[in-house]
Amino acid sequence: MFEAISFYLFAFLVIASFWIAVTTSQALYALTALAAGMILISGFYFTLGADFLGAIQIIVYSGAVLALYAFGMMFFDTTREVKEKNPNKMIVGTLAALSTILTVVIVAAPLVSENIVAFYPSVESIGNTQQIGVVLFTKYLVPFEVAAVMLLVAMIAGIVLAGKKMDVSLTKLAEEEIEKKAEELV
Amino acid sequence: MDMAYLIATIVKIVVILLVFSALAGLGTYFERKVLAFMQRRLGPMYVGPYGLLQIAADGIKLFTKEDIIPANVVRPIFKIAPVITAATAFMAAAAIPFMPSFTIGGYEVKPIVSDINIGLLYIFGVMGVGLYGPLLGGMASANKWSLISAARSAAIFISYEVVTGLSILAPVMMVGSLSLIDFNNWQIENGWMVWYQPVAFILFWIAAFAETGRTPFHLVANDHEIIDGFGTEYSGMRWGLFFIGEYANMFFISFVIPLIFLGGFGEGTFIDGLIFLGKMSFFFFFFLWTRAAWPDVRPDQLMWLCWKVLMPIAVLNVVITGIVMM
Repeated sequence: MFEAISFYLFAFLVIASFWIAVTTSQALYALTALAAGMILISGFYFTLGADFLGAIQIIVYSGAVLALYAFGMMFFDTTREVKEKNPNKMIVGTLAALSTILTVVIVAAPLVSENIVAFYPSVESIGNTQQIGVVLFTKYLVPFEVAAVMLLVAMIAGIVLAGKKMDVSLTKLAEEEIEKKAEELV
Repeated sequence: MDMAYLIATIVKIVVILLVFSALAGLGTYFERKVLAFMQRRLGPMYVGPYGLLQIAADGIKLFTKEDIIPANVVRPIFKIAPVITAATAFMAAAAIPFMPSFTIGGYEVKPIVSDINIGLLYIFGVMGVGLYGPLLGGMASANKWSLISAARSAAIFISYEVVTGLSILAPVMMVGSLSLIDFNNWQIENGWMVWYQPVAFILFWIAAFAETGRTPFHLVANDHEIIDGFGTEYSGMRWGLFFIGEYANMFFISFVIPLIFLGGFGEGTFIDGLIFLGKMSFFFFFFLWTRAAWPDVRPDQLMWLCWKVLMPIAVLNVVITGIVMM
């Protein structure tokens, strides 16, 4: 019974959050609803007993959506509504309905044909943190390492792109020196 | 799932909520007294004996004050932001064992709401979500100082999450579990974790100051701008909720540090429980002590400390621990 209550509660909350995220024209609402939805998804993982994934979902997405907030701060006045151009509501509605049906069909098809087999069934005595570790470092070692290398590349690129002119610290310069620098730039 | 479990869980939740809401109020009293004695003042003295009823007076003031919501703010977000801070602080408490288990009338009570096997990850994940409180409060306020403060607090939280995570990784590797109960049991057999991982202990302790936004890392609400950072536009109980969240976080971190590094509650006898509360009180007192003794650091110094000093040390610590363990 608790599983059912938890599932329907979180399902309703997640769908409501993402609905707000998509439909609102207020940047701050959209961002907050997105963050809330992402964090609420972890409720499903906890219900299914995948504690580790649930916690990781919270940690990763609360950080990831924060980057969007930073963009929001830089590009908008987030307390004002954004004027959106959507000329035709019909097209938006049709596309949304089609993609929803497609997703449901894709997910439900194996359920209907009863074609789901767990490659690595969970073992009662081992915690799911260990199980994820074992699978990551045996069967999925190559994708795991490739992902690590990609992140490393992204990090180096980020440092190189953002690190230009970081040899001087503006806070340590005197007022005149900063003005001189500003004039040089002009 | 039987009824007894359900009732016990609900009772535990209510007790934790009540006790720590009250403790947050008491915490402000302690803070003012400790700061006052360290600065050769008396602190609150007028309301009640030694100013003890000051808490009640503050409470009445906060609850009855008008809840002003300024024009131009984003109303729902502005209203919900303080709730996020307080709620996430209390949610994190779900995986903390506050005391050794004891028996009342033949029923064994475990003073932990839910002993999930990823306790540590959960605690720090949920505490991390707590940063949305200041962030949303600042962004919804339609006040430029609040916005700047929000951006700064988000940057600090995110940076120091890295240090917290990496410093805790080495002890987790040694224990081989993320549950605080397992940490406690490991330390019964092997002695306190702090003797094995002194570096991780210091790093975690430093990061705890940033996680709770306390002096010397008190850049969340900003003293040198003379205003209260993201909380500038708040009044009454909404402002009070930010406060409760901050103090609850301080208490919970003060529980977590001894649990991970200083042996926790050990075997779980009554004396052990008292000693554990003593350890917790020391860490809480240390937060106040630091506030009396240290000035705030500049934001750029804070970032320098995080990324160029603490993070490399934490990574080295993990690598060395790994090599030694092999």
